[in-house]
Amino acid sequence: MTAEASSNYAIDVRGLNKHFGDKYVVRDVSLRVRRGEIFGFLGPNGSGKTTTIRMVCGLLKPDAGAGTCLGYDIGRESAEIKRNVGYMTQRFSFWEDLTIRENLDFVARMYDIPSRKAAVEEALQGLGLKERASQLAGGLSGGWKQRMALAACMLHQPRLLLLDEPTAGVDPRARRDFWDEIQSLAARGISVLVSTHYMDEAVRCHKLAYIAWGRLLTQGSAAEVITGQRLSTWALYGQRLAELQEVLRNQPGVEQTVTFGDTLHVSGTDAEALRQTIESTAHSAGLRAEKIDTGLEDVFIHLMSGSDRGDGGKS
Amino acid sequence: MSRRNPFSTVRWWSIVLKEFTQLRRDRLTFAMIVGIPIVQMIIFGYGINTNPKHLDTAIISADSSNITRSFIEALQNSSYFRIVGTLPNEAAGRAALAQGKVLFVINIPPGFTRRLLRGEHPSLLIEADATDPTATANALAAVNGIVQSVIQQEITGPLAVLRGKPAPFSVAVHPLYNPEDITQYNVVSGLMGVILTLTMVLMTGLAITRERERGTMENLLAMPSTPIEVMSGKLIPYIGIGLIQATIILLAARYVFQVPFFGNVGAVYLSALLFIAANLTVGITFSSLARNQLQAVQLGIFYFLPNILLSGFMFPFKGMPDWAQAIGNLLPLTYFNRLVRGILLKGNGWANSWPSVWPMMIFTFALMAVAVASYRRTLD
Ligand SMILES: Nc1ncnc2c1ncn2[C@@H]1O[C@H](COP(=O)(O)OP(=O)(O)OP(=O)(O)O)[C@@H](O)[C@H]1O
Ligand SMILES: [Mg+2]
Repeated sequence: MTAEASSNYAIDVRGLNKHFGDKYVVRDVSLRVRRGEIFGFLGPNGSGKTTTIRMVCGLLKPDAGAGTCLGYDIGRESAEIKRNVGYMTQRFSFWEDLTIRENLDFVARMYDIPSRKAAVEEALQGLGLKERASQLAGGLSGGWKQRMALAACMLHQPRLLLLDEPTAGVDPRARRDFWDEIQSLAARGISVLVSTHYMDEAVRCHKLAYIAWGRLLTQGSAAEVITGQRLSTWALYGQRLAELQEVLRNQPGVEQTVTFGDTLHVSGTDAEALRQTIESTAHSAGLRAEKIDTGLEDVFIHLMSGSDRGDGGKS
Repeated sequence: MSRRNPFSTVRWWSIVLKEFTQLRRDRLTFAMIVGIPIVQMIIFGYGINTNPKHLDTAIISADSSNITRSFIEALQNSSYFRIVGTLPNEAAGRAALAQGKVLFVINIPPGFTRRLLRGEHPSLLIEADATDPTATANALAAVNGIVQSVIQQEITGPLAVLRGKPAPFSVAVHPLYNPEDITQYNVVSGLMGVILTLTMVLMTGLAITRERERGTMENLLAMPSTPIEVMSGKLIPYIGIGLIQATIILLAARYVFQVPFFGNVGAVYLSALLFIAANLTVGITFSSLARNQLQAVQLGIFYFLPNILLSGFMFPFKGMPDWAQAIGNLLPLTYFNRLVRGILLKGNGWANSWPSVWPMMIFTFALMAVAVASYRRTLD
């Protein structure tokens, strides 16, 4: 019996900390991922996403903190964790001097998959790489490498997928296929922790966590993350938004201005002050202004700019 | 309980297959496997085989007589020495040696002939440039024979009483250099250990650091493989390579250098197998310790130098100072050299081989433990 039966969490880690030399990379990170949940892990470059994922699957030893992964202790039972987890590394880490088939075959043997040949052929079929199966993996384009890596880490039908930026460099169609696949896996009870920089992927996750400077800033469903920041946002439409942005930046109530094409999003936590500023500015500039629902992207940009204040700035 | 399995043959085999496949595609490594033994055999084997002759020699003659002229002529005739000129004094002789203009200076002291005729047993001095002892050893070894023949020819008639023992004059070789009997046989059989050390340690030294440097280690560590599977699986192909190299060397020794095989060739292979295992554990330990491939190569070379210098391959083991012998006694190559020379050249059997076998076994097991202990299971 595994401890999983007594736990609803695929990942349940508390107070993870990690230093590299005197660099404090992950600070008191606690994550809870339910079974069958797609959990999005977001944060700027160098914020500690990869490091956290590596600690969860036992590839790095946390300096402090503990927890379980699929019910197994992340410190003591990494062998069991490895057997049941599919980890896709951020950097392509398959053997470039082996062919695609040889790579998959190696993985299949490693996990001692029953009916190995059939599983490998099926994976190749699913990838659409059957004809190129005897091509060296090193010769694949970046996007195809990602797709091969993804297929390889799902080969042994893991109960938890840890995917570190799995769709970086993957074209939109393949990305959509990938997310459809992830969603059907989740429906079958497989849990997924996926790090990403894409907002359209973030909104497809059941839960999100945002990390910056090694600190977990918020965690919850997209709606919870958004309301948690108590941000109100206005959209301004028109020309010469860059100038307007300069003007608005120091006005009362304005904490953040972001342009999206021909739209300027202005956000702040003081809703009333912001409303007054926007209305007067919009009237004087003759622009159309409209209060909109704060989006994830607005929230993340807000989190990112807030996080480098205080002691979080030390890297 | 979940099934725990510290050693799975399926996983192990997957690593063996992967290593073989990668090795097969790595042409440079493949060229090294065959190239290193051949190149080394040519360099060392040929260098020893030439038995250098016509070595430049200068004479300082403070005495000229039939006997000394006859001695010098005999030196020329022996074809080891080529007299390139005469020098006025000892200082000039030293300078010529120091500058490498000559390899030998033959110093005939004043009154040599007179003292010889009085039966005072004078000495001739040969100063040799011993920086390359193998170059001068054969020539010096020939000198005694030359002395005897000169005595036979020149010391005749009334002087014949001076014949017989002790010789009426002697030759002092300076600086005295008396190497153990290094012959071509000795070198060729010793080469097997040197080549195996070089290739086994260097190639396996890269085995794990290469994975780390290419980023594939993260993947390997994320899979359920255990250290013992990864290490032993990675080493298997190199055992094959080591045996191929041993075969190349044995074939060359037998058919190119005509080394006589007095002992059992099967025993040589068994010894080679043990020695390969010892070196693989060294390499894989370096591979775990090194942060990158460059460091692994540096460690390999660092290990290789004392091996080539202190194992009895380059210099006679018994002639080394105690501290050097102490270091040499820690190296498997020292035992392998003795073992293989013993088997090949002396026809040694099991009883005579055992004293060289057990130290290698201890070395192998000890380092295997170090290697497994130093294998990093995480990316820290
Ligand atoms: N092995 C290591 N040694 C030293 N520092 C490291 C190591 N691995 C990561 N770091 C540092 O830890 C910090 C967090 O790195 P990490 O890779 O976890 O970030 P990330 O959130 O995954 O970034 P990205 O979005 O760019 O992938 C960075 O500052 C990085 O330089
Ligand atoms: Mg990362």
